[in-house]
Amino acid sequence: MSTATTIAKPVMPAKHYLNDNYGIRSWLLTKDHKRIAILYLVSITFFFFLGGLFAALIRLELLTPQGDLFQSDTYNKLFSMHGINMVFFFLVPSIPATIGNFVLPLMVGAKDLAFPKINLLSWYIYMAGAFFSLATMVSGGVDTGWTFYTPLSSGYLRTHVALMAVGIIMAGFSSIFTGLNFIVTVHRMRAPGLTWGRLPLFVWSNYATSLIMVLATPVLAITLTLLALERVFHIGVFDPKYGGDPVLFQHMFWFYSHPAVYIMILPGMGVISELITCFSRKRVFGYSFVAFSSIAIAVFGFLVWAHHMFVAGISQYSAMIFSLLSMAVAIPSAVKVFNWTATMYKGSITLMTPMLYALGFIGLFTIGGLTGIMLAALGLDVHVHDTYFVIAHFHYVMVGGMVTAYMGGLHFWWPKITGRMYPEAPAKLAALITFIGFNLTFFPQFILGYLGMPRRYHSYPEEFQVLNVLSSAGASVLAIGFILPLIYFLWSLRYGEIAGDNPWGATGLEWQTTSPPPTHNFHEVPVVTEEPYAYGEETVISGH
Amino acid sequence: MQFKLPLFPEQASTVAGQVDAFYLFLVLVTTFFSLLIALLILFFIIRYRRRPGQEAEQIHGSTLLEIVWTVIPLGISMVIFVWGAVLYYHIENPPKNALEIYGVGKQWMWKFQHPGGQREINTLHVPSGRPVKVTLISQDVIHDFFVPAFRVKTDVLPNRYVYSWFTPTAPGSYHLFCSQYCGTKHSAMIGEVVVLKPDDYAAWLASGKAEGSLSSMGENLFQGVGRVTCHRADSGARGPNLLGLYGRPVRLSDNRVVIADDNYIRESILNPNAKIVAGFQPIMPTFQGVVSEEGLIQITEYLKHLSAQESEPLNNRSTPTELRDNEVPTIQQELQQRNQPAPTPGKQP
Amino acid sequence: MAINQTTTNQTTTTDHHPALAHHFDSMEQQQGASTFGMWVFLLTEIMMFGGLFTAYLVYRIKYYDAFVAGSTSISVSWGFTNTLVLIASSFTMAMSVWAAQQGRRKTQVRLLIATMILGVIFLGVKAKEYYDKFDECHIPGHVIGKGFNSWGGCDVNNPKLGNIAEEIQEKAKQAGATVPEVSAVQTAKQTEIFFSFYFAMTGLHAFHMIIGVGLLAWLTVRANRGEFGPAYYTPIELGGLYWHFVDIVWIYLFPLLYLISRHKHVA
Repeated sequence: MSTATTIAKPVMPAKHYLNDNYGIRSWLLTKDHKRIAILYLVSITFFFFLGGLFAALIRLELLTPQGDLFQSDTYNKLFSMHGINMVFFFLVPSIPATIGNFVLPLMVGAKDLAFPKINLLSWYIYMAGAFFSLATMVSGGVDTGWTFYTPLSSGYLRTHVALMAVGIIMAGFSSIFTGLNFIVTVHRMRAPGLTWGRLPLFVWSNYATSLIMVLATPVLAITLTLLALERVFHIGVFDPKYGGDPVLFQHMFWFYSHPAVYIMILPGMGVISELITCFSRKRVFGYSFVAFSSIAIAVFGFLVWAHHMFVAGISQYSAMIFSLLSMAVAIPSAVKVFNWTATMYKGSITLMTPMLYALGFIGLFTIGGLTGIMLAALGLDVHVHDTYFVIAHFHYVMVGGMVTAYMGGLHFWWPKITGRMYPEAPAKLAALITFIGFNLTFFPQFILGYLGMPRRYHSYPEEFQVLNVLSSAGASVLAIGFILPLIYFLWSLRYGEIAGDNPWGATGLEWQTTSPPPTHNFHEVPVVTEEPYAYGEETVISGH
Repeated sequence: MQFKLPLFPEQASTVAGQVDAFYLFLVLVTTFFSLLIALLILFFIIRYRRRPGQEAEQIHGSTLLEIVWTVIPLGISMVIFVWGAVLYYHIENPPKNALEIYGVGKQWMWKFQHPGGQREINTLHVPSGRPVKVTLISQDVIHDFFVPAFRVKTDVLPNRYVYSWFTPTAPGSYHLFCSQYCGTKHSAMIGEVVVLKPDDYAAWLASGKAEGSLSSMGENLFQGVGRVTCHRADSGARGPNLLGLYGRPVRLSDNRVVIADDNYIRESILNPNAKIVAGFQPIMPTFQGVVSEEGLIQITEYLKHLSAQESEPLNNRSTPTELRDNEVPTIQQELQQRNQPAPTPGKQP
Repeated sequence: MAINQTTTNQTTTTDHHPALAHHFDSMEQQQGASTFGMWVFLLTEIMMFGGLFTAYLVYRIKYYDAFVAGSTSISVSWGFTNTLVLIASSFTMAMSVWAAQQGRRKTQVRLLIATMILGVIFLGVKAKEYYDKFDECHIPGHVIGKGFNSWGGCDVNNPKLGNIAEEIQEKAKQAGATVPEVSAVQTAKQTEIFFSFYFAMTGLHAFHMIIGVGLLAWLTVRANRGEFGPAYYTPIELGGLYWHFVDIVWIYLFPLLYLISRHKHVA
């Protein structure tokens, strides 16, 4: 393990977690958090592209005002399955289950997560849920929308809603176990000298995410269970025909699903903190503020769910309270954005691919977050609720934010995970293509939404066509931007340059071990004596 | 393909301009902060790009800056909140003299009824220049009544009346969308709102075939289901007198006071046990399945008509709001002696 | 971050307890982490039951009379018996953890078996209650061919069996008031929602009990092998935590379902 100079050419370590053991059984019965992370990586990549395929079909249909490519029912299934797959089977697990699983124990200097067998179990539960989801798709899919509003989903649709609900519940339990594991690991397994105030911000973010996972997901489980029971037994929990209340479903659903969006974005924010500091060679500006803002987002996130229901029939006074609280929840995110920008001030910046994604995140998340404030403003929400404005908003934060951060993190930790570098030039190109494609796809949708085009429409009035065509054109560019990394990442497994322990010269315990790391993570137990992001002493990047 | 590239829908109601102004302000704030961050980043990556011999300055932070950039966004968001809340209050609360129209949404069409009895499917004619309040309900799943040109929207729920109001300004034809996903033909549940100048509107009303006003239809229905035998104006009536009821407070048997609004009337017809008027027995049978949504609307309109006719409630024992407490035991006794429970479909499966 | 290159890897040098997992540095760390993990898991369970309880409470307020009628029609005596059974089982469970800490093998095993027996008794009583509901047709949603009727009872051949409308009128008469049949029948129809929640809540609870009994069986086998002692009793402690949690859920279920407003006066 060398810590300096450009002289030594990096070599792969002889034994590491990938070649320690061969065979299917050693992978499917592994307790190594790093291998489990790879298992998750393969699974969620599959669902990302599956969801992406549905998106492509949606945008294809929306090229023309008439609903001429698919039948109405088919289109309804397409957007439902796009949403369900993307939210529950890609976004919620994404960073925590892949990068988090791999890197978090390394970052805290532990040999593994607190409960390795439960970690493996969580992947199996996820796969079981995925199986149910695929089974539902194969037998026709659901057309409820990812939001499953009643009484439509409880009494009027003939698709396999209960089956899908089971799949989602299982994916939910998988995330509960991941979160549980992270919480206990961060509390109990930090290396000597690693106090809370020295933790990397990626750990803080995932810790806050885990808190939300553990507290909010069970409510989704019970809500979907009640929905399934209602469908099968016609009880009257949410269906007014039998005395139930459909607005209660919305309250219970959004009580999980709003915190869920913070489950999706917080890990991304953690990644950005790591990237900005490394590629500015600077400690983060306002460490405590960034750390506590993650916790603040987690706490406030539980208090704002009914801002999805302003026109659903809630009282005006409730609406005002939720609007006020929703303004409050945006402030910690704003604080983060300012802190990241300030971190770059007087830094020493290079624009490697991970940094490009990080900068893209800051810009796009800012737009997405601010349009969220627009939606939280009652007077405007009445007009734009359930229109393409909302779709544009959440794609800005989810794709422009979360997926961008995910890509940045993948590129950043790819050398640590595989021992090889990805090719920098194609990567930069892909980042640029993604950025352009993304904005071209989703910016027109803000305008479409204000014009009044509702969500989930597969045919629309003619005057909306130009913007829809722009959006679909952008989608094809965006698709290329996502396919390219798939190709060059796979290419790099065989032909990528050997990375060495610390190709970026980054701080962080994960960079103090080999790339790829040994199965038990560290040859010697690390002891921490310095602050995080101590870039004060220059470390020359080897070979780059 | 049309090459129109509009950015705003037409402004066709009094509130549309206010919403647009608010929107513009929000867009400005968003653009300002997004540009600020983007330009700062752009500046920093150029100015502080990695150069040999130059090291980054390890700045710890600045509590003052943190406070500044917490307080300022908080302040701006509070302005946004207040402006939005005030505008919302205006959007949600109709003035008293609004023209009342009723709408029923069902998969996948809209049915409207004007007070004069005129019915429309998927089209809604309204006069310009005066407030119009549309009371809506769904027959099946949740729909949504959305008119972009007016900037109004409300989810339309089953089992509960909601309303939306607007004052149209410009005559013309505007899109009406259902914007809550409601199944197969959700995208086809499109209608239009036709705004006519008041004279044209009156002409249109006269030209249509109406079976009589909504309220007279309601009166027929009311008598047809035999409710007149219970809800009478005299002191021996089994049910409260409905004259002057609509819009007034009612005291219930558990001492709560509620307002007799559309939802109260609908609930009392479909689920009479839920709220029993003080001094009366829970003997009213339910009319679930007997009266349709349109029928319920007609009865409600009839009751509103009754209130409008009599400006003061009759000074009468059976008027709910007029019961004196010391009279209650006497009335209860009389009722017990006279009342036999009505025959009901209880014993058969 | 700077690291010191000191070798502090303890597991290779001294003999460690056979139950120490490789990724933990010491038994204390393992025990602390495991217990903490169980508490976090119980927190998720609280959120899950909490969601169900919230929905129940919303409907209780909305259909107050119907829920009172529903509460009245389930047996307080059986519910109370079950409460006592569960409290006793929590006692035996706690004692078995104590016995494990003391290293008393036989006592541990006996107490674990006692806990299991009490758990099974609880489930048996619950089965009896469910059977009674099945008999009276207080099963929502037209399950198993028996319909929940408008008077909240069974079929036409035996109209008195489980007839909630009649119960409502009876109870009112005893309180000196009359409830007309129309009103009673309407309320009785609404109790279907009460029974849905009754079965959902007690069913979810019973499901957790069954899992608990299974866990106890596994723990008994391990305890019998002498695996637990003063140095290592974590699994029993975690089992105890789980069992106590299931007990506490019942302590909430019992009043919410059986006890509230049994003596409400019908005006």
